[in-house]
Amino acid sequence: MENPTAAVKMRDITKRFGSVVANDRVWLDIYKGEILALLGENGSGKTTLMNMLSGIYYPDEGQILIDDKQVSIRSPKDAFDHGIGMIHQHFKLVDVFTAAENIVLGMEGKLDLKAASRKIREICDAYGFDVDPEQKIYDMSVSQKQTVEIVKVLYRGADILILDEPTAVLTPQETDKLFAVLRNMRDDGKAIVIITHKMHEVEELSDRVAILRHGQFVGDMLTKETNAQEMTNMMVGRAVSLNIERPDPVDPKPRIEVKGLTVRSIDGVLKLDGVSFTANSGEILGIAGISGCGQKELLEAIAGLQPTEAGSICYIDDDGTREELLGKDPLSIAEMGVALSFVPEDRLGMGLVGNMDLSDNMMLRSFRKGKGILTDRKTPKKLAENVVEELDVNTPGVSTPVRRLSGGNVQKVLVGREIASAPTVLLTAYAVRGLDINSSYTIYDLINRQKARGVAVIYVGEDLDVLLELADRILVLCGGKVSGIVPGRGATKRDVGMMMTRLGGRKADE
Amino acid sequence: MFDFVSFIPRAIVQGIPLLFGSTGETLTEKSGNLNLGIAGIMYVGGICGVIGAFFYEQAAGGAAGMNGFLAIAIPLLSCLLGSLLMGLLYCFLTVTLRANQNVTGLALTTFGVGFGNFMGGSLIKLTGSEVPSIALSATNSYFAKSLPFADKLGWFGKIFLSYGFLAYLAVAIALVAAYVLRHTRVGLHLRAVGENPNTADAAGIDVNKYKYLATCIGSMIAGLGGLYYVMDYACGVWSNDAFGDRGWLAIALVIFTVWKPNIGVFSSFLFGGLYILHIFLPTGTNLAVKELYKMLPYVVTIIVLIITSMRSRRENQPPASLGLAYFREER
Amino acid sequence: MNKREKEPLLHIVKRDTLPWYRAWGIRAIAIVAALLLCALITAVCTGQNPLEVYATMLSGAFGSPRRVWILLQNLAILLCISLAVTPAFKMRFWNIGAEGQVLAGGLAAAACMICLADKLPNALLLVVIAVAGVLAGAIWAVIPALFKAKWNTNETLFTLMMNYVATQLVAFFIIIWEVPKGSGKVGIINQSTEIGWLPQIGSYKYLLNILIVAVLTVLVYIYLNYSKHGYEISVVGESERTARYVGIKVEKVIIRTMLLSGALCGVAGVLLVSGTDHTITTTIAGGQGFTAVMVSWLAKFNPLSMIFTSLLLVFLNRGALEISTVFGFNQSFADILSGIIIFFIIGCEFFISYRVSFRKPARKAGGAEHV
Repeated sequence: MENPTAAVKMRDITKRFGSVVANDRVWLDIYKGEILALLGENGSGKTTLMNMLSGIYYPDEGQILIDDKQVSIRSPKDAFDHGIGMIHQHFKLVDVFTAAENIVLGMEGKLDLKAASRKIREICDAYGFDVDPEQKIYDMSVSQKQTVEIVKVLYRGADILILDEPTAVLTPQETDKLFAVLRNMRDDGKAIVIITHKMHEVEELSDRVAILRHGQFVGDMLTKETNAQEMTNMMVGRAVSLNIERPDPVDPKPRIEVKGLTVRSIDGVLKLDGVSFTANSGEILGIAGISGCGQKELLEAIAGLQPTEAGSICYIDDDGTREELLGKDPLSIAEMGVALSFVPEDRLGMGLVGNMDLSDNMMLRSFRKGKGILTDRKTPKKLAENVVEELDVNTPGVSTPVRRLSGGNVQKVLVGREIASAPTVLLTAYAVRGLDINSSYTIYDLINRQKARGVAVIYVGEDLDVLLELADRILVLCGGKVSGIVPGRGATKRDVGMMMTRLGGRKADE
Repeated sequence: MFDFVSFIPRAIVQGIPLLFGSTGETLTEKSGNLNLGIAGIMYVGGICGVIGAFFYEQAAGGAAGMNGFLAIAIPLLSCLLGSLLMGLLYCFLTVTLRANQNVTGLALTTFGVGFGNFMGGSLIKLTGSEVPSIALSATNSYFAKSLPFADKLGWFGKIFLSYGFLAYLAVAIALVAAYVLRHTRVGLHLRAVGENPNTADAAGIDVNKYKYLATCIGSMIAGLGGLYYVMDYACGVWSNDAFGDRGWLAIALVIFTVWKPNIGVFSSFLFGGLYILHIFLPTGTNLAVKELYKMLPYVVTIIVLIITSMRSRRENQPPASLGLAYFREER
Repeated sequence: MNKREKEPLLHIVKRDTLPWYRAWGIRAIAIVAALLLCALITAVCTGQNPLEVYATMLSGAFGSPRRVWILLQNLAILLCISLAVTPAFKMRFWNIGAEGQVLAGGLAAAACMICLADKLPNALLLVVIAVAGVLAGAIWAVIPALFKAKWNTNETLFTLMMNYVATQLVAFFIIIWEVPKGSGKVGIINQSTEIGWLPQIGSYKYLLNILIVAVLTVLVYIYLNYSKHGYEISVVGESERTARYVGIKVEKVIIRTMLLSGALCGVAGVLLVSGTDHTITTTIAGGQGFTAVMVSWLAKFNPLSMIFTSLLLVFLNRGALEISTVFGFNQSFADILSGIIIFFIIGCEFFISYRVSFRKPARKAGGAEHV
């Protein structure tokens, strides 16, 4: 290596949660003027390791050295004092505060929001951000919130920046912008750590990669000297295939016909505006769009969870009978005999009950079955055991509360339950968000198997690379309107990306 | 004609304990602690003041031997100490031990009311008095002393200047609290703790310290409400259970004021007015109707609750983490 | 690098679920510790030997068959109210308005006893009393529930305020019904005829009350743990969004559950007015609406465990009452003791959910060797 200066040295860091060892004697060096990508599967301890730098956790054993001086980071405040700033996966912002209030939060001295706003504008000008210091966080888009987070860290004069999956919620264009900023900061001599699952981002952005597996440090290398396949193999610990299968649809027939669907949020904002499309059986219809441009409302409207203003959602049975789903709640949709399954974005807040065990969560869909006022507990228990076995869910047992499971296993439980009811329509929202490579491929596989069974799958995703590989057709939403529907085979990332930000994409460009 | 000149001062003196209570509870809730023990804390504040005053009066051997400064300082400090201890107990259980706030608060109220009545009963026994109350008229005369020229100014003096110093203190504390919450760094940090302790923690704010401080200071302010009630409003007479449900009304007032102590000043006077309206409304011979008039403050609270919930605005919501314990390493 | 910075001394970690016997062991230790502290306080206040004090408490609670019957009767009422609030709490609906719901039930029962005494045969009247009491309690509880369901109105304060509205309503009717005029009391209703009084079983005055509550306990246990409704309540309590997602009508569940909660409070009201006191006062619920919240929470919302937690609180109350009479305190002493014991039990839950360990001293200068 070309003799860079280490900003941070982590030595023999160990952290345990109960009986789980999250980090096991990890060594890691972070250099100035370099972007380090920290890789690893879910549960490999990346976030935990970084949280010990940012003062959220305190290591059980080991040392942290900053500029070759041993330090003890007991709180986020200590971390700031050492010039460490972390941008968490879940933004640490107070919704009812303004951007400026959030940015100065936790600092000392007299509160002078006007002076703070001036300084914020200076930082924004220097790096090309667009932040209104007076704007409330709850009025902001996801990428705006992330910008506030970055400005917050810069405002404190951090030299070491840690970003935990910063691109998970960004459009390709926003991602490019972020990367430009990060490169800018690297050239300023700052040390940057980025945690991500997306291999192409690692290759595009980072100078060096470090890999964790099962809480242990596996190795690090210069990005230009490695490739995605090698990194993946190191993360997983064995060779894995990175191709997503896409079998051709068998005998597609219209299953769901949406016409002129219009949805307004409680605040009166138009969320969906005259959306029309058809989802076919035996086909995966991908939905792309920047976050918050109506995907959630679209799926929830089909599932009967979203009050709508106008339009129609028609379910077409195999024998051609049509049923109107609009205005029905989930219960009446089920009672009509429409087998509709929905894997929502918020797994523990909507799809499952975190405090209940696996069997009780299986019961969510089936508890009404059977006569009498008492519930049947045996069938759900059997189903839970089946799901655990077939999908290889890593859990102590079916009577473990699901919140104790890791993200991938939670998702397996949820998807397992949803496909157990033999659906004819499967709606999934961000089915692999936060999941590692192994779990993601399990989920892709499950979805493909449903497609082969003749299910109409509607797949809302954020990773365009995956959408382009998995979906048969891609519907692109832009500001609540259909920007276009393109075939999955042959579409390019650039085209879809343009359609996400501008109605009709290139056409509007010309 | 409705007699406003005598109604308004009585509404205000009724409102002052509520104002203390609601200012204290607002500070507490801003830190994310829903302290349902405020009713008990106000009791304890009152009785501790009584205990201090009682022993000082005994020691000084009656009104003649009393020093004006001590006559105020001793009950005041014992009141603050008593309510501080209650606040600490609440914090220890809910913040350090992360216990359920609703249950802790209710237990604190049971305990506080029990403590007040028990100590009150014991003091009454000690005096060997015939009536079930303790009269501290000498101390009362210091607490209730109004501005000297108040009675010379007619209705103006009566409405604005006829109160003991604690009443003005209540208004001052409410205004200061409103300023601190809105315009200072401490206030910003406190609001952040109540809205989103995770964020506050990640920003380097000591969440537990803020929760402890806000809750303890809030408890002491609320305790003063109890002290004002006995020493000024009730003319220095403590009788068991007399304080009644004012603590609960103070909690209701917090919602009424959408967590803004400055709004609390007038709202508390309004509540005080509703509380005594039954005395001023003509009932004729039908005494039963009076009991229905006494429902007014509660019915109005309910109506306000409903109206605020119907037009829910982002800024008028309770602190987002209200009622929840915070544990940094929660997984 | 010689100067080592101070590390946090205490370390708190969330535990995996403790086996039940260890959890109950911790609770038992807390109760014993609380009892020791209570003994100390009592001894300081009375100058008595703590053992004697506890003997006094025990004899106050269990000293004679009559006392045991009173204890069981109090237990039955408190348990009934605790059963009533539990479904609501499982749904995370903070119903602290049990006091008012009991009063409403009692008021309706009293109204029937007074107004219909000579108009209906006694058996029919008893049915009317029961129905009226249950309905009144249910109505009192469903009002806040309707607003909660429709506009998410804060139920804690709403139910609390409904307590005072109920109190004033009772006060209003007491003045209308007062006997003799000007006394401000209703007195024993139908004292000579005993019309509208719940029947005695044999010579046991309170046996019927106790049996009714025993049956209710089992029913509520089954309802909450094994019925479809009970499952819906749990889901709504854990996450309203999940409930909507699986097609549970949250508003309906809230209203239905509060109807049940209020109806059970109504039962308690009927048992108090028609089965025990045969009169109505504004303090007939005596703060048990609040105590029930603690009973229910301490028992982790399990109706069977509630038998023990309510027994504990009733025992403390009866025992402290006895200390008060023997040593001449006022009755509030019981509140202080219950408060202390509850503080200990609340506090000890922490040690069941979390493990506290002292940090092991870190190995010395490990970093330097490697660098």
